[in-house]
Amino acid sequence: MLRATLKSLLARKLRLVLSGLAVVLGVMFVAGAFVTTDTLGRTFDKLFTEGYATTDVAVKAKPKIDVSEMEGEQVETPLPAAVVQSVRQVPGVRQATGVVATDGARVIGSDGKVVTSYGPPRIGMNWVGTDDIMQMRQGRGPEKDTEIAVNEAVAKAAGIKVGDRVGVLTQLPKKTFTLVGVWGYTEGRDSIGGVQEVAFTEPVAQRSMLGETGVFTQITVRTDDGAKPSDVRDRIAAQVGGGYDVKTGEQLAADSSAEFKEALSFFNNILLGFAGVALFVGTFLILNTFSIIVAQRTRELALMRALGAGRRQVINSVLIEALVIGVIAAVLGLGAGVGVGALLVTLFGSMSGGLDPAPVGVPLAAILSSLIVGVVVTVVAAVLPALRASRISPIAAMQDVATPDRPLTRVTVTGAVIGAAGATMLGVGLYGTSSLWLILGGVLVTFIGVALLTPLISKPVVAGLGRLFSWSVPGRLGRLNSGRNPRRTAITAAALMVGIALVTGVTVVMDSAKSSLAAQAESTVKAEIVIGGDQNGPRPPTFDDAVLAQAGAVPGVRAAAGVWNDQAVVDGKRTYVNATDDLAELADAYGSPALPALKSDQMAVSTQEAAENGWGTGDAVKVQLPRGEEHTYSIVATYDEDAIPGSYMLPAAATKEFGITQPFLGFVRLADGATMAGVLPQIKALVADSPEVAATDRSSYIDQQAGTFDTVITMVQVLLGLAILIAVLGVVNTLALSVLERTRELGLLRAVGLGRAQTMRMVTVEAVVISVFGALLGVVVGAGLGAAVVQALESDGITDLVLPWTQMGLYLVLAALVGVLAAVLPSIKAARLNVLAAIAHD
Amino acid sequence: MIGTKAARADDVWKVYGKGEAQVVALRGVSASFERGKFTAIMGPSGSGKSTLMHCLAGLDTVTRGTVHIGGTEVTGLGDKALTRLRRDRVGFIFQQFNLLPTLTAAENIRLPLDIAGRKPDPQWWDTVIGTVGLGDRLGHRPSQLSGGQQQRVACARALMSRPDVIFADEPTGNLDSKAGAEILAFLRSSVMEHGQTIVMVTHDPVAAGYTDRVVFLADGEIVAELDNPTPESVLEQMKAGEVLV
Repeated sequence: MLRATLKSLLARKLRLVLSGLAVVLGVMFVAGAFVTTDTLGRTFDKLFTEGYATTDVAVKAKPKIDVSEMEGEQVETPLPAAVVQSVRQVPGVRQATGVVATDGARVIGSDGKVVTSYGPPRIGMNWVGTDDIMQMRQGRGPEKDTEIAVNEAVAKAAGIKVGDRVGVLTQLPKKTFTLVGVWGYTEGRDSIGGVQEVAFTEPVAQRSMLGETGVFTQITVRTDDGAKPSDVRDRIAAQVGGGYDVKTGEQLAADSSAEFKEALSFFNNILLGFAGVALFVGTFLILNTFSIIVAQRTRELALMRALGAGRRQVINSVLIEALVIGVIAAVLGLGAGVGVGALLVTLFGSMSGGLDPAPVGVPLAAILSSLIVGVVVTVVAAVLPALRASRISPIAAMQDVATPDRPLTRVTVTGAVIGAAGATMLGVGLYGTSSLWLILGGVLVTFIGVALLTPLISKPVVAGLGRLFSWSVPGRLGRLNSGRNPRRTAITAAALMVGIALVTGVTVVMDSAKSSLAAQAESTVKAEIVIGGDQNGPRPPTFDDAVLAQAGAVPGVRAAAGVWNDQAVVDGKRTYVNATDDLAELADAYGSPALPALKSDQMAVSTQEAAENGWGTGDAVKVQLPRGEEHTYSIVATYDEDAIPGSYMLPAAATKEFGITQPFLGFVRLADGATMAGVLPQIKALVADSPEVAATDRSSYIDQQAGTFDTVITMVQVLLGLAILIAVLGVVNTLALSVLERTRELGLLRAVGLGRAQTMRMVTVEAVVISVFGALLGVVVGAGLGAAVVQALESDGITDLVLPWTQMGLYLVLAALVGVLAAVLPSIKAARLNVLAAIAHD
Repeated sequence: MIGTKAARADDVWKVYGKGEAQVVALRGVSASFERGKFTAIMGPSGSGKSTLMHCLAGLDTVTRGTVHIGGTEVTGLGDKALTRLRRDRVGFIFQQFNLLPTLTAAENIRLPLDIAGRKPDPQWWDTVIGTVGLGDRLGHRPSQLSGGQQQRVACARALMSRPDVIFADEPTGNLDSKAGAEILAFLRSSVMEHGQTIVMVTHDPVAAGYTDRVVFLADGEIVAELDNPTPESVLEQMKAGEVLV
């Protein structure tokens, strides 16, 4: 039996290649995710080990607010110079250096634009000389307060060279320095992991990065030869007291690496999620392929039964076939996954600007998950066809293979029940518990339910769709063929449905959110001019706060105010807070009901936030900002959350203790009678020295706000493209098998005069009808799911339901194109059939 | 005179394979089939009778020699021209009926005309349908028809375009004797009443008895011809043939 199985397996290579390809693609994503995460993980291990190679022990002040890598930027608490002195006294300390090194030094390149970073920080530091791994490439370190040195990565990205005058943005507005030196690192590296570094003299570094002199962000300690870093660490900790974190270099490397790995595991999960979708779709494809193979082998299997093979043996024969395909596909997928992983790592490396990736490795997790996923998915998908195969009666061998169409009642009832269960899960998930797992599970179960209902739906819909093509004989034949086997058409279309439904659903939610946001901004923001920029890294773009006062003084400006933003601990909870230079002015500029100007111990809170915490006007609330001591602010005003950005508004004085001490948004409102044409150029001129931001009119600001959603939509579309690609393979597969099955019929059609081109058109119409049907289902189901999510999010401010008609129409058109493409090979095969051989075909 | 012949083969050779595996299916067969006549091609298995029919119908290429359908030389035509020829000037009836399961009986009958983009002549349509006797079953699909009914649909399909010649390959091979007799009577009458030319491959002397002429093939060569055959005379010739071999 085994030999017979393997022989028949080899005899149907093409079919197996196509169904195997679905598994290969899915497994590729799984393996790719693991390989990428593992390789990047090792890259970061190496990176941080090197980064801390010259640090035996480091001392930092405990942060006021603990922020992990995932949640934003940690703001370091300044450490007084006196501590450096006291650390030097500790036995075993050979050298203790006060170091300023913190994110936020943005170099303006020779093109006048700020050098961007999509991940690695832009460190501003004090020059303390080169260490073991640093190498001066050109010039020297800064000696005067007007001088800087940068690492080669900055010099290259900014296009600057020694002797140039270079603008740098820090916590202070733009300052211009003379570049006196460029350094690199051992082994010809321009930076460690793409980090951009700008070195100032110590006082300049302190003033620009920390806002005050006489403080550092950390103390780097080299220990005496023979002293154990951990011993020295313990002695230093005892010396400086509880307000400081004292760690060995090794600890720091491990901590930083662990934080990055947490971020990576998030990335890994996203990739795995998409792999899951791809495999889910792949399951449909495999199920379909095996069903068709079993149908085609009816005679062969019945003959085996007649010759004495048991039901068990028939089931095994199909399952063994699945197992072989599963293993081969998993191995190929693993190989492809390693390739994809390598590609992603390289991409990541080049995008983050000079990250030097570790050699690509294949972790055990990748191998195991690939094999398990590949084999399990294939075998599970083959179980139903195997059971069906075992029910073939031996007598079928003697008769014609015409298996009657089984009634659809059972599958329809099952589909309705499962669909209802999915909808219930989704409903409970959305409205009740808000559990993401329940929502995802609900979507998945709904898909299965709809897929089971698809055969029933396919009859009228396919007939309807087919009418579009019925004007020609090949078209009509193609339409009839697509309606011929509702189950097969349904599974093929359902595979396409899943991908398109997800894309449509996400688009509906995103477009609705976008439109709601825009509508809200439209109705609340009265400021005609907005100052702000695109955030494309961890740090928001900021501008010189002096611009605000200058803007206020421009003739024709009625009010101008800025908004600062950072994290803070408010009444024991970590949250985002805003601050403004003048709340009364902001209310006027923004167009909200009048609010008082805040004194330095006063704050305003949104009505909603106040109600949630049981606060009222006059209550005192404790706020810990990233720097400085805890403050108590009294609430002097409340405002509707739509009327002013953010839930908390702190006074101007608080911005000194923000991690980023410059505003990220500015609102300018024109006086009656003033014109945009008159005022906007003047405001633009004011922000000329803050190249991260631009002054734009209100509508571009609103568009810009909404633009973030487009990025998400594009990303989701790209990632789900894989699932759609697999579904397309499914269409190709179904068609190829149908052409094979109908060889004799095609021969007859050719014999009675159907031309080659007409034959191709017939097959193409079948493909187009199936694809468009799948896309139609996907668009409808996706719009439904999206609408449900939007409904559930109404209380969160998504009030508009926007159905992306253009996009949905585009998906249908694309599906038609996909059908045409999918039909290329099968239709050529059909057209090339030898008429005589086809008619004689058994 | 080409004009009076519906189909003609001149010194047709058909060789399969090369070298040692070479099989010669037809060895210089020349035969012509007159218009308005019902001809049977007979011979034992492997005699080349089906090959001859396939070559005559333009379904298979010849190794040497020429084949004409009406005034057209079939040999050397490209796929497009062959397709047109099959569509407009040749009809087929197969042993396996070969109807499209997705189409109704009426749609199957009309299929070649539909493919050609032509409308059936209503009078001819009624005549054919009337003769096949399918009146009330025209809306049924093949799976709802008996074997005999299916073959009658196939016959009607072949007749509908009024081809120069209809090739029938063992048309009664899959039918019981009663249904078979009906089909043969029907073919006979379409020759008699409508002047249709039919070339039928068969190994059944009874079927051959319905024809005007029988051509006997053995080992790829024509070995005998018989005009106005009866089942008995055919059987006799077959026996004689066996003795000869």
